[in-house]
Amino acid sequence: MKVDIKTENGRAIARLKGEIDHHNAKGLRTELDHYIVSVQPRELAIDFGGITFMDSSGIGLIMGRSKLMKECGGSLEIMNTQPYIRRVLKLAGVERIVKIT
Amino acid sequence: MEVINTIRFTMPSLSVNESAARAVVSSFLIQADPTVEELSDIRTAVSEAVTNAVVHAYRGTTGNIELTVKLLRGREIYIKIRDKGCGIPDVEQAMTPLFTTAPEEERSGLGFSVMQSFMDKLSVKSSKGKGTTVIMRKRLAVHGD
Repeated sequence: MKVDIKTENGRAIARLKGEIDHHNAKGLRTELDHYIVSVQPRELAIDFGGITFMDSSGIGLIMGRSKLMKECGGSLEIMNTQPYIRRVLKLAGVERIVKIT
Repeated sequence: MEVINTIRFTMPSLSVNESAARAVVSSFLIQADPTVEELSDIRTAVSEAVTNAVVHAYRGTTGNIELTVKLLRGREIYIKIRDKGCGIPDVEQAMTPLFTTAPEEERSGLGFSVMQSFMDKLSVKSSKGKGTTVIMRKRLAVHGD
């Protein structure tokens, strides 16, 4: 699992690569939370373009980061989701809480 | 049920084995030539069931998870995931969408919902202190060569 985070004009983009399951979510959570708390970006977009698998562990990951971003006064966006990832997101109704593009 | 081929393997309930379980199931199912979407559905459902065993059945300990995959006549896939962990006190409650006993670990409580949505049939049998058996079935579409 790989995360590459870059900031441009106050907007941060976290590009993920690999598979999101319960095992990998722990490290991702730690890395993203460290970035959010230390940098406090106004907007964070998580790019799922490089994700080859995601189960419901990804839901917890997204909802948790959305909550943390709100607590820090920012907002979260999810981008480049494949159709099978959108099916998992839809089950949880994530689109009602987080902007998905 | 007429079994064409079957595989069974046992793994310790280590979280790193969640991806190992998916890989084994994917490799076995290649012979049935599933669509990308069918394979993705099955891999996701297997991941959810194995994760439940890792997170809940053997919480704080390590035990074995047994995974059986069968290819049945009529392009039906049968998957059994069995643990000998703590068992689920109330299966009906556990299967309620968004119900979780581990919110602090950001478990969404959607594992069984994913299994139900992505597979055709789901059966969960559990006995307190003895373990849980999850059986899932999915019929693959017939497609021309």
